[in-house]
Formats: sequence, C-alpha cells, structure tokens
Amino acid sequence: MKTAVQIASDVQRGASSADEQLSLSLEAVRARNEELHVFLYVDEDGAREAAARVDDVIAKGDNAGPLAGVPIAIKDNVCQRGVPTTCGSKILQGWRPPYSATVIDRLLAAGAVPVGKTNLDEFAMGSSTENSAFGPTRNPLCPSRVPGGSSGGSAAAVAADMTPLAIGSDTGGSIRQPAALCGIVGMKPTYGLVSRYGLIAFSSSLDQIGPFAKTVTDAATLLEVLAGHDPMDSTSLPEPSPSLVAHLNDGVAGKRIGVVTELIEGADDEIVNEVRRALQAFRDAGATVVELSIPELRLGLSAYYLIAPAEASSNLARYDGVRYGLRVDAADVTAMNEATRTAGFGDEVKRRIMLGTYALSAGYYDAYYGQALKVRTQMIDAFARAYREVDFLVGATTPTVAFAIGEKASNPMAMYLSDVFTIPTNLAGEAAITVPFGTGEADLPIGVQLLGPGRSEAQLLSAARVLELADGRP
Amino acid sequence: MTLANGWEIVVGLEVHTELKTASKMFCGCANSFGAEPNTNICPVCLGLPGSLPVLNERAVELAMAIGMALHSTIAPSTFHRKNYFYPDMPKDFQISQYDLPINVGGYLDLPDASRVSIERAHLEEDTGKSTHLGGTGRLQGAERSLVDYNRSGVPLVEIVSGPDIRSSAQARAYAQELRGILIATGASDGRMEEGSMRIDANVSIRKANAPFGTRCEIKNLNSLRSLQRAIDYEALRQVELLEGGGTVRQETRHWDELLGETSTMRVKEDADDYRYFREPDLVDLAPDQSWQDRVRAGLSPMPAERRQKLAARLIDPTSAQLDAVEVVIDLGLDDLVERAVDEGVSATLAISRAANELAASIDEVKNFSSESFTATLLMEQRGELSATQAKTVLAELLTHGGDPHEVAREMGFEQLSSSSLGATVAALIEEHPDEWTRYREGDEKLAQFFIGQVMKLTKGQANGKSVVAELQARR
Repeated sequence: MKTAVQIASDVQRGASSADEQLSLSLEAVRARNEELHVFLYVDEDGAREAAARVDDVIAKGDNAGPLAGVPIAIKDNVCQRGVPTTCGSKILQGWRPPYSATVIDRLLAAGAVPVGKTNLDEFAMGSSTENSAFGPTRNPLCPSRVPGGSSGGSAAAVAADMTPLAIGSDTGGSIRQPAALCGIVGMKPTYGLVSRYGLIAFSSSLDQIGPFAKTVTDAATLLEVLAGHDPMDSTSLPEPSPSLVAHLNDGVAGKRIGVVTELIEGADDEIVNEVRRALQAFRDAGATVVELSIPELRLGLSAYYLIAPAEASSNLARYDGVRYGLRVDAADVTAMNEATRTAGFGDEVKRRIMLGTYALSAGYYDAYYGQALKVRTQMIDAFARAYREVDFLVGATTPTVAFAIGEKASNPMAMYLSDVFTIPTNLAGEAAITVPFGTGEADLPIGVQLLGPGRSEAQLLSAARVLELADGRP
Repeated sequence: MTLANGWEIVVGLEVHTELKTASKMFCGCANSFGAEPNTNICPVCLGLPGSLPVLNERAVELAMAIGMALHSTIAPSTFHRKNYFYPDMPKDFQISQYDLPINVGGYLDLPDASRVSIERAHLEEDTGKSTHLGGTGRLQGAERSLVDYNRSGVPLVEIVSGPDIRSSAQARAYAQELRGILIATGASDGRMEEGSMRIDANVSIRKANAPFGTRCEIKNLNSLRSLQRAIDYEALRQVELLEGGGTVRQETRHWDELLGETSTMRVKEDADDYRYFREPDLVDLAPDQSWQDRVRAGLSPMPAERRQKLAARLIDPTSAQLDAVEVVIDLGLDDLVERAVDEGVSATLAISRAANELAASIDEVKNFSSESFTATLLMEQRGELSATQAKTVLAELLTHGGDPHEVAREMGFEQLSSSSLGATVAALIEEHPDEWTRYREGDEKLAQFFIGQVMKLTKGQANGKSVVAELQARR
C-alpha cells in the first residue's frame, strides 16, 4: 500500500481520486475486518461524502490539503458528528454525538477521509483491546495474538493496510504499545499539543491524541494536521502547529542521547538487543550515547494506577442513564443509576472506578491520590534533570512482543506491567515515539521508544527517521 | 427577637448569587432566565462525552468585583471537582473552587455600623433544575422527574460569611446590604424570587461568650422574610431542645414557608464524601494586577457610600428620613433621586416620593424615566399639583407611562401656570376696582373673594396659595 504522502500527492495531481482511494481502503476493510475485528463501525456514506468533497475541491483546481484523499481510521473514543461512538462500551451503545472533535474538523479540513471507528479497550482502559465490550481485535501480523491496546483497532487498521493512517489516544501508552506490537510508528505528543475537545475522557490530565502510520514521514504529516492551539481546550498549548516534516532529515549528529536503565530492565532479551542495536545506529549517525538511571521512573506504574483511575471515577460518573446511552429502568433514580452502570460497564472499568473512588475518598486521599501527585512531580523533575544532560532518551516501548489473546486477560497486574515503559511520559506530560526496529520471537515486530521533553516532537521524529533508515526502510 | 434565659443566636450565611453574564460559565450558551426548557444548551453544559470547559472571563471579572466590594484579597485560585450523583447535574460533578478560592477574607459593614466578616467568595457552576412529579415533590419517591438544563453551567459566586451574625434582623440586614452590593457591582440582578440570589443559613445558639454550639444548615430560603422567620424558628427550636435536656444534631434542614417550620433533610452522618480533586480540564486562575486594576477602576459606588452621599443632601435629617434614604438605596432609586435634586427638586420631597410611591411600584420603575420623576415633583413643588395629585400622577406614569404634564391635564389636575394665572388675576382686578382698593388697604378677607373668582373662571384648577401670591405681588 502507498504511504499517506504518496496518496495525497496522487490525489492532488489527479493521478488518483479520493473516491478511488476510499474504495481501495473499504475493500481492504471488507477483506479482513470480520477476522480481525478492527472497525466497530464503517461510515461508508460519510466517507463517500468526504471523498467527494475532496475530489470537488481538486476538480476546481484548488489544493485539498496535506492529506488530500487519505483514508484514516478513528479510534472510537473520538466524537464525530452523527457517527456512532461507543468507547468500546455497552453504556454508550447507539449514541451518536451531535458534535465533532476538533481533530475531526482538522482532518476534514486537511482533505483526510475518515473511514470509520476502530475498536478499543472499554474507555481506553487496557493494553490488549480484549476489554472491548464488543470483542477483541486480533493482531494482523499474527491473528492469535493481541494488537496491544487500548488503541488496538487503530494500530491494526494501519498494520493490516486498511488505512495508511489512524488516530488513537495515549493515556499510559495506548498509542505506543499497540504501535510497537503491530510494527508501526506511533507517537504520544506533548500534553496540550493536540486538542482533546471531543476525545471522550479517560484520565484528563494524561490523555493525548496522536498519530499512527507506517512511516515516520506519514506520522509527522498527520501530527502537523492534528496539532495547534484550540480555544475549546483550556489545556491546549498556545502555540500554532509546529513545523515537523521540514525537520525530518535533521538527523542526530552531535546529539547526546541517554539510554535509561529503568526503560529496559525487565524487557525480554530480544527487545533489549534491538534497543542496543538502535543505540549503535545513533552512534553511527554521529550521536553520543550515555547510560543513565532515573530511579523515579520505577514509581510511575503505581502513581499512574492511582491518578488515572481517580480521574476516571469522576469522568465516567456522567454515564448514569439519565441523558444518553444505556438506561436500565429501576424503582427510583438511584437504583436506575446503579442498574445502568452495573449492566453498562465491564469488569476492568468497574475495577478502576472503584480504585479511583477509593483513592479520592476522605481519609485516603493523602495516602493515595495525594501521594501519587507528589510522585508525579518528582518524575517531572527527574526527567528535567535528565534533559539537562542529554537531548533525548531511549528505551524499550514494551517488555515483550505481542502476546497471545487470553494470555494476560485474567491477570490485571501482568496486563498493567505491559505499559511500564510508556507510562512515565504521560505522567510528565512530555513527548515520546515508538518506531519499529527489528523483530523478535515468531518474527514479531519490536518497537524502540524515544522520549523527549515537552515540544520535542520535531527532534524525536527526525531521530525516529534515523532508525527507520537504519532498519532498511526507505 | 431576643431569646430567653441568656441564649444568643449565632448565624453564618452562605449566599449563592447567579452572575449576570451574557453566556454561561464554561460555554457560549445564553445565560438567561425563563427560556423554554432545554433550549440554552450545548455539548459542554450538557456534559456530553468529550466536551471540555473553557472559563468565561466576564464571570471572573464579576467575581473579582464582588470580592473588591467586600474588601477581599484577590488570590491565585484553582478549580476543583465536587463529585456526587444528581440527575440535574449533567457531569455528575460540579466544577467549584475548594481550598484556593478567588476571593479570600474581607468584611461587610451594615447600616447599623456592625461588621460581618467574609471568609471567602468563590466561583462555581450552577446545576440544572429538576421538577419532581408525584410523591412529596422531592426526588426520592417521585413518579417522574423532569430536568431543565438551561441553568446548568450558569456562573455562581458563593459568598460565605463568618459566624458573626447575632440576630435574625442582623442576618436580614446583611443579606439586604449584600444584595445592594451585588446589584451595584453589576454581578447580579438580586432577584431572590427568580433564584438569582439564594441563601443558606447556619444557625446555632449558645450562652453569651460560651463556645459555639452545634449548628444546623437551613436551605430553601427564598426571601429576606423567609430568612428572618427561619432563623427565629430554628433558634427557638434549638432552645427548646437544649432546655428540655436534649442535644442539637448537626444536620441540614429544609425551611417550609407555608408551615413556617424547618425539618430534617439529611443528618451529618450520611453526608456525601465529595472526593474533591483539582479539575484537570481547567488551568489555574491567577488574575494579574493590570486585570484587577481594570476591574477596580470600573466599580460603581457601593451602597454605603451612596447612602452617605444621599443623606448629605438632607439638612439635619430625622431618623424617618434616614430610613427613607436606606429604602431608596436598597431599591437602587438613588440615581433618580439625585437627578431630581440636581434639577431643583428638594431632597426631602424626592427621597420621600421615591421611598414611598416609587417603592410601592418597584417592578414598574425600570420603565420610568428620571425626567418624568423630576417633572412631576417640580410641578408639585411649584404648587401646580397638590401632594395627592402628584402621587396620583406618579402612579399613572408608573403603570401606563406618558408625559407628566399631559397626564396631569388629562386627569384634570393641571392647575394654571403662573403666567396665565397672573393674567387672570390682573383682569379680575380691573373688573373689581372697589374690592381691589379695599384689599390693598388691608382687608385680608377680600383675598377669599378673588380666590373664589379665579376658581370660578378656571373651573377649580387654580391653587389658592398661588392666587394669594399673585395678589400680594400687585398690592
């Protein structure tokens, strides 16, 4: 399949059309969606209309935008007007948002064609997409294994060549972990770089929308479209969208790069080996590599599993059966709230609501939530100290390659550990990217993670491009 | 009301006021009372999944204005989520300020020179409005509940006083003075009946100088009268309890205006744990000095200052006149009065007509021009209208509007203007030279003759005193 950049170029100069590209995409979806369960909803009519608008613009001789006619998959926790949006939950089954997320408006303005909504762990809580109320997604590279999660559907859509691009959300690794397990590029941008308006909140202080793509160049192109200040999101950074594509070939010559002990310890040997090989590639490209330890990162998982559930317990309170989504009738309103939430939420969501409610409760706040906030501050300080020594950091994205469906489903702690390397970036509100680099067991892909300070996207993308070239991809 | 046996009332008030902004606190929906249910709503104030709040700067300015008027410190502040389930609260949490409110400390001086401390005045969002059908009219046990989200997300400021109030009358005076301040800052229209100002009262009793007793919080006080009655009722209830050997239980009580009683809503033990935490969707709020200065520069004079200014227009005012001044300020009529006085109306007359006639029709005053008020009072002052006639003209102008002179004429009140009266008198003198000579020589009785003749000619529209004045001028 062609890259997004190639497709946009073909469509803009008339070598292809948005409608033709959409047909190719829909064909690929039809070929494998039943097997892989990537899309929860394919918005064929809406996509045809969007493609027709792009083709009209081009027919008039105008520029249709940097993503002209590029099909894109949307994680089903991003609101798109009139399109069913479920968050992978029965509690929102059948709900059609009356408004679109800012990122949807930006994608349409850039000529992209949203094809449909992809599967996810319910309310983005999970690391395998097995927590979807509508059944798991399978890894296109090895269908007996998970694609990762929570944005497993979006990662699988790109890995299965259904769409060249997808958007996901990353709260603790939900873009980078599935991207690594599916062998594609995924980026968690700096908190506030991409508007969250219209992203259904899991943990508001950690959630961030970001791109999936097969190539670093496509990911950069998509992120440029998504990024930039949005007055509808108070936490949106004030600056306009950064220039990313123009810096893709900046390389790493003269850069100081830190490999972090805590971001490889516990990973399988085959993964550590690929990280070491990536470091050599950086050295070969003129960078200096130093080893460093950031012990605070070890506290990340514990802090995350207090902060994220605490915010989630509040964010998910609104699913009460009163206004939209599922309602299970009962004798009075309190009983109706309880019956609705009992029937509508899955086990993992309930587990985190209970954890979060507990962590915020009077008498426990200081020991749990309050303590986690302190750890978060320590982590921010620790990263800041590291970035005084080096330009960016390197580690593994995941401890293992894609694991088998069902392997960790009954053991929440084992599942939580699969995000141990990705969580610190979210707590710090900084940027990180995963880029495929080599393979491991059963020829499954391995991702190398590059972490940088806030607003370091251009640097991380150009470094990822160095690895992409070193791994033999053009 | 004074309590028996040395008991003393201790009251602290929490006043919620809706801010008179054009749009809601976190979205662009209109902030207006009385629209069709669920028409001023959007994804944000409906709390739809994915929506995010953006703070309304005007709400912040009005909150600061309130704080400045209450001598508070404007402090760097944050927003928190107050989590609890209720159907009229669409996110099932309320965005409010918790440990770091925008206005910290302060005080309010009352007309009787007592001072009530202010603990804080913070920003928060209002909820929707539920109507429960069937049962007791409350949520539990209702057959059906209807929710109108037009009010959801309307900006509120909650003003919390210290426990400094020692009588229901003082509580009322505090609420009244605060209401004047809210109106003067432009923050609120102060309409308690529309719910734009709502009061909760924390009431306890103690023996003089003893530590504070256990308090009860009384809700649903929708008028100043309810506030005063409820505090008196509650204090007596607590006296009876304690003197009967019982104890006061800390609880929230509901005021029933018809029964004139408070009753238990919920006791403290089953109070909700609101699980407050910082609202991650909003950034910290720390208005810089130049923003604060702009707000301060835009503040109109507060009631105390206006009261002083108006009272200064009176020479040796009586206590009744000072009461009238207070009424004029409370009702915001001082602007009308000041303008009339500037145009030559006596302060005594203007204050009296405002505190009585205008106050009686306060709802109509908003459509009433200061020109009409001044013109009517000048006619009265010049003797063209009697006091009774002037009041009737004012009442007519307030109800139906119009030009004061025309209204007076249509009602048959308008007496002769001095120039035409002068001409009439001059003509009569020529017609009756003998009577005029006797009058000039000191027969005062003949004044009555001339008045009678003038009345006959003018069909009773002339003013006797004016006729005498005309005669005197020609003597």
